[in-house]
Amino acid sequence: MDKRMNDKNQASNIYSTLENLFKSQNLAVLATHNHGQPYTSLVAFAESKDLKALYFITGQATRKYANLMSDPRAAMMIDNRSNAPADIAEAMAATATGSVDIISENERIKPLSVYLQKHPHLVEFAKSPSTRLMRFNVMCYYVVNRFQNVVELHMRT
Amino acid sequence: MLIKNLDQITMSDQQTAGGKCLALARLHQNAFPVPKAVCITTDAYDTFISSTGLRTRIQMEISRKDFSQMRWEEIWDAALRIRNFFLKTPMPSTLDDQFRNELAPVFRNSMVAVRSSAPGEDDHGTSFAGLHESFVNISGIDAVIDHVLLVWASLWSDAAMLYRKEIGLDVHQSKMAVLVQEMINSDRSGVIFTRNPANKNESIIEAVHGLNQGLVDGFIEPDRWILDMKNGKVLSHMPAERKNWMIPGPGGAVVKELPAQKSSIPPLDAEGIKAVFEQAMASERLFDYPQDMEWTFKGSSLYVLQSRPISTGIQKPENDDRGWYLSLRRSLENLKKLRIRIEQDLVVRMIREADALAGEHLENLPDQKLAGEIERRIQIFQNWKKIYWDEFIPFAHGMRLFGQYYTDTMRPEDPYEFVRLLETSELQSIERNRHLAELAATVRENPELKHNLKTGKYLDVDSGFIKKAQQFFLRDMETEYSLTGRREVVPEILVSIILEMSEANPQQKSAGKTRMELEGAFLDRFAAEERIHAEELLDLARASYRLRDDDNMFLGRIEREMKRAAETGKKRLGIHIARLDSPETIDAIARSLNDPEYQPDFETPVQETPYRVELQARQMVGQPAGPGLGSGNARVIRNRDDLGGFLHGEVLVCDAIDPNMTLVVPMAAAIVERRGGMLIHGAIIAREYGIPCVTGVPEAIIAIHTGDKLTVDGFLGIVTIEKVHDADA
Repeated sequence: MDKRMNDKNQASNIYSTLENLFKSQNLAVLATHNHGQPYTSLVAFAESKDLKALYFITGQATRKYANLMSDPRAAMMIDNRSNAPADIAEAMAATATGSVDIISENERIKPLSVYLQKHPHLVEFAKSPSTRLMRFNVMCYYVVNRFQNVVELHMRT
Repeated sequence: MLIKNLDQITMSDQQTAGGKCLALARLHQNAFPVPKAVCITTDAYDTFISSTGLRTRIQMEISRKDFSQMRWEEIWDAALRIRNFFLKTPMPSTLDDQFRNELAPVFRNSMVAVRSSAPGEDDHGTSFAGLHESFVNISGIDAVIDHVLLVWASLWSDAAMLYRKEIGLDVHQSKMAVLVQEMINSDRSGVIFTRNPANKNESIIEAVHGLNQGLVDGFIEPDRWILDMKNGKVLSHMPAERKNWMIPGPGGAVVKELPAQKSSIPPLDAEGIKAVFEQAMASERLFDYPQDMEWTFKGSSLYVLQSRPISTGIQKPENDDRGWYLSLRRSLENLKKLRIRIEQDLVVRMIREADALAGEHLENLPDQKLAGEIERRIQIFQNWKKIYWDEFIPFAHGMRLFGQYYTDTMRPEDPYEFVRLLETSELQSIERNRHLAELAATVRENPELKHNLKTGKYLDVDSGFIKKAQQFFLRDMETEYSLTGRREVVPEILVSIILEMSEANPQQKSAGKTRMELEGAFLDRFAAEERIHAEELLDLARASYRLRDDDNMFLGRIEREMKRAAETGKKRLGIHIARLDSPETIDAIARSLNDPEYQPDFETPVQETPYRVELQARQMVGQPAGPGLGSGNARVIRNRDDLGGFLHGEVLVCDAIDPNMTLVVPMAAAIVERRGGMLIHGAIIAREYGIPCVTGVPEAIIAIHTGDKLTVDGFLGIVTIEKVHDADA
């Protein structure tokens, strides 16, 4: 098998691994910053089918929202640790880097339905005029498993 | 299994079929005459709330805030929101198909009752009975499914939650089965207690003409027979007046005048009494426990509607308010009576009392007479406060009754849409604020007047304006503030509010157009008798909404009169107390006037706040009470004197809005209140002006300080302290 073929296979493996990880998890850690001061928050996320976008909802009075408004660059971590010693060997974490934007009213229907399918109980929160549906545009995933094994998945736009 | 008929239910189904279904199944299996029925098991409830995400939503709603810190109105709000979840969540197709396939052939087009059958509901020793909803006179599979949802939702009604909070509200443990039972077109119904709670050797039968719902809900006075428990011999008969009966009609059942030929005859004859007694004793033998049985006659055929163990009178803990909570569930009939009493008697007397008190000259009374007057006024105030709790607050349920009816009919996105139909321009505080706005407008248009007021040159102020302001003050705010010579000048506090108001055009009251549209859409859904019922409910709700504001004001007037007397005493004693807020302080003034030796300690200890600088609240959750998003600097109003500093665009933060605070509401960017609830004064006024409002924030006046920059999310009930006010800056 030539290298390109091999890479393609590996990428599709990672893709489905990520898909399974995302399906198994409801919450992600979102990292933003305020003038260089890092700041993390737990958010309920949902992923687009092609994994190029991660959706979450935030109130407009939150720090993460203010941070993102002044700098849209962010990171997001999704992992499956279970707070057990075996996590070190068995747990997996995916860190996404990229930038976040607000999904406008007229392109909201599809992502919102994806989001609410995963989090039906957040319907009031999602539909409140005081919150915003956000899109994390993923540039790259850093996938860590078996403690130190790291691969990168660069998303093409 | 999601659905079981009465033949399929066995003793092992206690937890999934609930007490009512299990008892009926056993009666049926033992050849008792019971109406055709099926049980929708708790498995169906579980499937519904799990597959739709509702379980988590309910959990989020009830854990929004520590349950023990919630007032009944907040619990009611939470219940209303949960009820709306049930109404707005579509039935998953697997459940819907099964309901249609299995229920429709059993009942076809016959009328049914849809009743709660919660596990534990009818166990002896518990007193759940009557907590959950039951509906009669339902027809068609769509309506049946709708009412199943309503019965499920009643597991989370305020009354049910208040009862269960003692045993812990567990969203995983709380379940509900539903009994769908064919309606018997009955002409006589009633209940029998096989043992008289007051005398174990007797049985009691109560009977009415028509449906027994009238008896159970207490609208129709029943005929009553006391029987010898051993042989069924009638020991005594207490006939009723037999004026009304309950028959099928809009909203399930309606109270109507009893036809003359029926009113002269008791609902049961000797034969009927014998049949009911024998059936009930057979039931007692079957269940091996004294029974409380509901029965009905269709012609000469007797049917058992339900049979449950007589609950054994549970020991009530002291200060248990649960009885009072339950008294808040009132029927239309009951509220209509209450309205007449409030509007035609109580309010009239209250105004007369306040007028009489206001007309009395207190300054020249000798000390002892003044002391007596203060004490008398404390009594009068407390008397009215009690009436307020016992009669006026329960009357607020006119809004709730309408709210439920509206929500059930219109299924709106916003569970509080019904409040918009209640808006009228007759609210007293709105009216008063309009007068104040007129004064502010005069100042706005007259720079010289404004300048003179600002610089305190009252002597140069136009005398017409002074007169108007004084009129306003005397009519609406008399004795609110302890200022000397208040009859000669316009009090500073009022001047500063007027000046601030004159700086910009105050917010306009939200337009009434939408209300008309909503009202039209609502009423057009009904025809004939049902429309009359709907209009009646709306009218009652409006009266209750209006009174919710007005009675507060009237009570406020009486309170002011009590304080006026105390104020007079205070001046005479030459003591300095900033506020006359507690009856104890006021009483101490009366005692000091009576007894010069008496030296009370008027200093009230300053409460330590549990918040220290290291711990700063950032985001606080309360109840969404007025939709909208508002930002501004906080103005914490601890007492009325704080009102004078209120600036346009500030966020009003307070313990509980009292009617006098509503003066500044039109200038506020948002309102945050410690006391919770959708129908409390602050929330009503906020909605009236279209101002974002969050209520029920327990730490509001402790954690928020004047000058803090706040964002108030009235959609979700969130208050964020964006920036803490730096006092040194």
